[in-house]
Amino acid sequence: MADIPNNLKFLDSHEWARLEDDGTVTVGISDHAQELLGDIVFVELPDIGKNIAKKGDIAVVESVKAASDVYSPVSGEITEINEVLNDNPEIINASPYDEGWFFKIKPQDIEELANLLDSEAYKKVSES
Amino acid sequence: MNTTYLNAFHHAEGGNMVDFAGWEMPINYGSQINEHNLVRQEVGVFDVSHMAVFDLKGDNQISFLEKLLPNNINKIKSLKKALYSPLLNYKGGILDDLIVYHLGDSNFRLVSNCATREQNKKWFNEIASEFNVEVDFKSDYSIIALQGPSSKAILDKLIQTNIKNFEVYTDSNLMIAGTGYTGEKGFEIISDKTKGEEIWHEIINHGVKPIGLAARDTLRLEAGLNLYGSDMTEENHPYDSNLSWTVDLKSKDRDFIGRDALQTKTDSPNILCGFYTNERGVLRSGAKISYEGGSGTITSGTWSPTFKKNIGLCRIDRNHPNEGRAFLRDKEINLFFCETNFLKYLK
Repeated sequence: MADIPNNLKFLDSHEWARLEDDGTVTVGISDHAQELLGDIVFVELPDIGKNIAKKGDIAVVESVKAASDVYSPVSGEITEINEVLNDNPEIINASPYDEGWFFKIKPQDIEELANLLDSEAYKKVSES
Repeated sequence: MNTTYLNAFHHAEGGNMVDFAGWEMPINYGSQINEHNLVRQEVGVFDVSHMAVFDLKGDNQISFLEKLLPNNINKIKSLKKALYSPLLNYKGGILDDLIVYHLGDSNFRLVSNCATREQNKKWFNEIASEFNVEVDFKSDYSIIALQGPSSKAILDKLIQTNIKNFEVYTDSNLMIAGTGYTGEKGFEIISDKTKGEEIWHEIINHGVKPIGLAARDTLRLEAGLNLYGSDMTEENHPYDSNLSWTVDLKSKDRDFIGRDALQTKTDSPNILCGFYTNERGVLRSGAKISYEGGSGTITSGTWSPTFKKNIGLCRIDRNHPNEGRAFLRDKEINLFFCETNFLKYLK
């Protein structure tokens, strides 16, 4: 398994969150998650402006093998989606922590981030 | 868990291993789509040694197979060819599907699915005893499937044969047949595991990539080939499973198991039909579909790497309209019914 970037926070359902300089939070799925799913063929992304609660289901990722809900690591409003994924969902497999991000959220409460798993704790979850 | 003799190879190649009916098998070696495309466009090799091989012994093998199978063994009896047939119970329900190979003289071999091996072993022995035929279960045989448009060029590097589709070549305990489960030209190579290991590594050394079971499933579905346990079970019979061509009722004195029951089923109200949709998302096995005048169920559904859309098989009314609908995560999806061989229909 590739190294897990240590600037990310995680849900145990395999989503990652990264706090950006502008105060938004970028969300994607982990390398471990894309490996479990296998070749990804579709994503359903949320509408910009939509409000979501922490751990609410907000997107769907579908591989040849299975469909899976994607949960939001924090509460807030969707400000941007990665439209590249609509035509090239396979970049989630190739680059889960970088080009394969799903959406950005303007967080309601930045403290929620602190309560997520850090990369060490997530590593343990994904190896168990 | 059971393993094939190539288990260490699969691990070393980075195979993602899963429990497949009690066997640890590679689902993919990274990307099932890349593996699928390799077989469609060039060539790939599968370890399918988890399937069950039964060799028959005795003088009455043909009589036994005439009784056992709805397809007529006499079509291949002196031809060294392979024949596909379902296996039926007395009610005409499908117990499994298999390929029977004529090995030469009056000797035959059956190759059936993995999950049904114990049940088949019992069933074959039960029927065979009436005919004084011995059923020799080969518990540790090697089955290698070399599949794809370049498969003949690779086979030529191993051995010189002229076998064509469904033909069988034998040399002591090595058997090569022009059969497969991908819709491509290909060969299945059966031998003991010592010979199998030698052949596998020779094929790999010619640059052929190993292919996992996930790609095997999308390849067979694009070719409209049924999967036992999904597209047909004991609750189904050949006429609602797109297999009427495997039931040979012509010779009136051939009293195969299930024959009487099938007489009443020839115009079954249900059929197995293909479907596809151009919409986003993948309808999968178990999903309900509806259409004007009826409803049905998807038996296999996947995303097709070749056609880049959702395809599958469903069981619906024989008299169905051209279009239907299904729900995918609360969204209504339009789908089109079509022939089961997508390689011909959608090309």
